[in-house]
Amino acid sequence: MLKFLIKGLFRDRSRSLIPILVVSAGVTLTVCMISFMQGYLRDMIYENARFATGHVKIVTRSFSDMIDQRPLDLALLGVSDILDKWETQPQSAELLWVPRISFGGLLDIPDENGETRFQGEVGGMAVVMRPHSDSRFDPDIERRLLKLDDSIVRGRMPATPGEMLVSEQMFTQLDIPLGHTASIIGSTMFGSMVVHNFTIVGTIEFGIEALDRGGVIIDFADAQSMLDMEDGAGEILGFFPDFEYYPDRADGLKESFNAILTDESDEFSPLMLTEYDQNQLGAFIQYSGYTLGITMFAFVFVMVIVLWNAGLMQGIRRYGEIGVRLAMGESKGHVFRAMIIESLAIGCVGSVIGTAVGLALSYWMQAYGFDMSHYMTNSSMMMSNVMRAHVNLRSYLVGFAPGIGATVLGAAMAGAGIFKRQTSQLFKELET
Amino acid sequence: MKQALIEIRDMVKRYPMGTGEFTALEDINLDLCKGEFAGLVGPSGSGKTTLLNIIGSLDVQSEGEVNVLGRAIRELDGKGSARLRSHHIGFIFQTYNLLPVYSVYENVEFPLLLLEIESAKRHRMVMDALEWVDLTDKLKSRPAQLSGGQCQRVAIARAMVKKPDLVLADEPTANLDAENSHHILRTMDQLNRELSTTFLFSTHDQKVIQYLRRKITLFDGKVARDEQMNGVA
Repeated sequence: MLKFLIKGLFRDRSRSLIPILVVSAGVTLTVCMISFMQGYLRDMIYENARFATGHVKIVTRSFSDMIDQRPLDLALLGVSDILDKWETQPQSAELLWVPRISFGGLLDIPDENGETRFQGEVGGMAVVMRPHSDSRFDPDIERRLLKLDDSIVRGRMPATPGEMLVSEQMFTQLDIPLGHTASIIGSTMFGSMVVHNFTIVGTIEFGIEALDRGGVIIDFADAQSMLDMEDGAGEILGFFPDFEYYPDRADGLKESFNAILTDESDEFSPLMLTEYDQNQLGAFIQYSGYTLGITMFAFVFVMVIVLWNAGLMQGIRRYGEIGVRLAMGESKGHVFRAMIIESLAIGCVGSVIGTAVGLALSYWMQAYGFDMSHYMTNSSMMMSNVMRAHVNLRSYLVGFAPGIGATVLGAAMAGAGIFKRQTSQLFKELET
Repeated sequence: MKQALIEIRDMVKRYPMGTGEFTALEDINLDLCKGEFAGLVGPSGSGKTTLLNIIGSLDVQSEGEVNVLGRAIRELDGKGSARLRSHHIGFIFQTYNLLPVYSVYENVEFPLLLLEIESAKRHRMVMDALEWVDLTDKLKSRPAQLSGGQCQRVAIARAMVKKPDLVLADEPTANLDAENSHHILRTMDQLNRELSTTFLFSTHDQKVIQYLRRKITLFDGKVARDEQMNGVA
């Protein structure tokens, strides 16, 4: 019987083709939208983690209160001691550590006579690019995290003390050769003025407008020396070894760390924050989840309305057929169930086609993405200029819920009308 | 005495109409026995189709008793009436009502699928039915590829394939020319004689009437006359 029904369904194109097209289109849109949103959120989490927040971050309690300003005078001191204490805990092995210092100052570019040729405000980031005295700070981690080797546009990585990378955009505007001297004029963590000379050995471009607009990168040890921060760091970022963020694991580590190492009475005691605790990322991710849920619901709702109408139109067109089937001795319940089975078949075929098309588009968006750099000229968001989709198992499955759900629900709503109708009335409509 | 297939006693059928009711059938008393070739005859609006629908358990009377094959129509629930139709009653319609997306073979097979008859037996029964109506060469044709007469012969095969006790035929020749009408009437008459299937027609077509062996005339919802006839066959 099932074979008989399915055969009839796919021979009658008006009963199968149009609903399949509607379902396929809806599922394609759903898969693309989910994959794109996944890519967007994943990118945001990933970029924030590697450039700003880490998967977890250790700062002083008072630093965390003003974390947006990254105040150097509230930075961590005794970094090695803090990590030594934490590493006595078994769960500490879960993380890789990288210390960072963010600083601001004036960048001064002298001319051939040593007079200022250019001077302007600059933001700087100090990362471990050369072997550090604390052997747990492996330069290779930052190279992989920040993809430094791939991001070098010209020149090379700093290899000796006093070498600096500048952003490619800024370097182009400065119109100086590589090897030129640049001075940073700023203040140490204790407030005294400092002037430190560097040699520009390379330029860098991360593909993130907020970072590429202007900035310098120096080695962490140089920054410690320049800013008078012996065994100090603005913040220590922790990463899971596969560089994927696991919110629950991060929360667990935070609770353990803070229970052991945070002293509520000492504003300079270390405090661990998770990625979601910073930059309102947790709230943003939650908000995005709700938005995605509402959008999905709206999609399903619209598809149900369309398929319900299609089902009603089909039902009206099929009164004759249904009348015959009732006359042949098929019960109303059986007719109704048959309609549900037909809709399931339509939903499955439409979902498979829609998912296949959606995945193909999503894979394309994952591979090539959309270059949004033109729209992000003044952006301060820690996001890649190229927005990509992200395809995972969810992308494969997500379309089936609205695809099959909407079709079956639409058929059930349309079929309910037929089910309630008097048999004799349906039969009478055979003759019309 | 012959076994009564259909027993109707003091049957009334009313339909709601506006604020009142319209009486479609009134004071109907009829018995129909196994093997009869009978017709409900009368002008349009006389209640022929309404009576056929009640006998076929597609509708329920307002008053009185209607028993078909020993089952009280009023007491049948949806499944019960569907079971009565699927096992014991075949329908033939004026407009054939074949399922357009299925082949001749599949249309005839459909009632057997409802009875869940196993495949090999089903195939034999379908081929037998198509042989009765002389359509074995059109197995794979779709209804749209057949003439009106051929479509009605498929409809007869579909009604007869399960060898029902009763066939209800509502104006079966209304859309056919004279030659095709006689052809299908001869087929039905032959099946009635060979298989002892009871046929009850609703008609006002003289071509059908001349084949009947019992003519029940309805007028204004009442049985005006009930007479035995010879039938041309």
